[in-house]
Amino acid sequence: MDIDKNTPWQEMTPGGTIYDAGNAREFKTGDWRSAKPVFLNENCKQCGLCFPVCPDDAIPVGKDQMRKDFNYDYCKGCGVCAKVCPFGAIVMEEEDK
Amino acid sequence: MSIRERLSGNEATAYAMKQINPDVVAAFPITPSTEIPQYFSSYVDNGQVDTEFVAVESEHSAMSACIGAEAAGARAMTATSANGLEYMWEMIQIASSSRLPIVMALVNRAISGPLNIHCDHSDAMAVRDSGWVMLFSETNQEAYDNMIMAHRIAEHKDVMLPLMVCQDGFITSHAIENIELLEDDKVKEFVGTYKPEHYLLNKKEPIAVGPMDLQPYLTEHKRQQTEAMKNAMKVIQEVANDFEKMTGRKYDFFEGYQLEDAEYVVVSMNSTAGTVKNVVDSLRSKGVKAGALKVRVFRPFPGELIAKALEGKKAVAILDRVPLINATGGPLFEDVTSTMFVEGIHVPTINYSYGVGGRDVTEEQIELVYKDLQELKDMSNPYRFLGLRG
Repeated sequence: MDIDKNTPWQEMTPGGTIYDAGNAREFKTGDWRSAKPVFLNENCKQCGLCFPVCPDDAIPVGKDQMRKDFNYDYCKGCGVCAKVCPFGAIVMEEEDK
Repeated sequence: MSIRERLSGNEATAYAMKQINPDVVAAFPITPSTEIPQYFSSYVDNGQVDTEFVAVESEHSAMSACIGAEAAGARAMTATSANGLEYMWEMIQIASSSRLPIVMALVNRAISGPLNIHCDHSDAMAVRDSGWVMLFSETNQEAYDNMIMAHRIAEHKDVMLPLMVCQDGFITSHAIENIELLEDDKVKEFVGTYKPEHYLLNKKEPIAVGPMDLQPYLTEHKRQQTEAMKNAMKVIQEVANDFEKMTGRKYDFFEGYQLEDAEYVVVSMNSTAGTVKNVVDSLRSKGVKAGALKVRVFRPFPGELIAKALEGKKAVAILDRVPLINATGGPLFEDVTSTMFVEGIHVPTINYSYGVGGRDVTEEQIELVYKDLQELKDMSNPYRFLGLRG
């Protein structure tokens, strides 16, 4: 399915039904963010508390079991990760800063 | 050979549903439609249908369950009235915008308040632009026939819109009349099986129904609904033609009664049309060129055809079975007169609010309407009330 902002109404799917699975990935919700978590790697102990609480799966964890920097395509800036971090390795900043 | 029976409008509707044998019925009781799911649940209990009957806790849930079932690929039906329909309101729009051809029996009743359980059309009129096809029924026979035609219209690939069959609460729903029923196998063949192109339970094609539809898309999806509603005109006609071939009973967008050479015309819907036709007969015998127009298909609105049928008449009265509380005309009046204006057809046209909350509509009242039309001098008072004290 190839529907974008230029697709005429005649070529869109009725009711907006998406004939495809796993398509949430294509909807980049990161631009909803007004506050942004910043990862301070030097404070991080890799305790693993942050990524399970992320509602958008926006904290990638590598094969090496280490968390990486945020995926800002999907992070909505809810701040839950910053709240659970015991080591001050995640700080929230205003988006435009 | 058809089967001659005596049934109430609710019984006839439930009987049609039994013959249609839908996959799912989800309904919550509300007067005067309660009997429909009640009769239907006994068919379920007796094993006369294969339907999954969902006894939900509210009308909001009834419509939600129908939406879920229909999206899954099932044929889903429900029945309601008045405040039940209002409680469905949110989901009514979801059903039509998700293009799910759910079929509903709407037994018309006044919307509270103050609390009233009797007939008027304020429930149907409150959802008139929510994307449902709306058929109105004068008699038990029409309620039955419209229900048999419903799925063929709603599920047509060029339509894919939900549909409601309206009948007058108590007046039609609870009055027992003679009726001609079709044999089960004929209904089965006529209605056919529902084969949606895309549905949730198709494991070969996983889909998402009802996703987020922001600024770049909603306008286009609504335009598609416009097109589907326009397409319904053609499909309604085709289905009525097939129905006529099977039964000999002819259905059109509206019924003209002594209309062609009429000078004074009364436009109405549902059971009142029967009373109007009686008055037309009595006036004709007195030499008055009275005629009547009964709207059967209210959405899509066949405005152009109605306007043309009213062209050249001396005066027209449009009966709206709703309270007039908008400081202008009722919905049927607005729709008819605005299409007349667009078509450049000018006929003096007045509006009556009548029969609200189940107030009796008598032949004497309808005679008064024709009298008003014959004496109509100026249009200073186009918005009138019938059967109102004071």
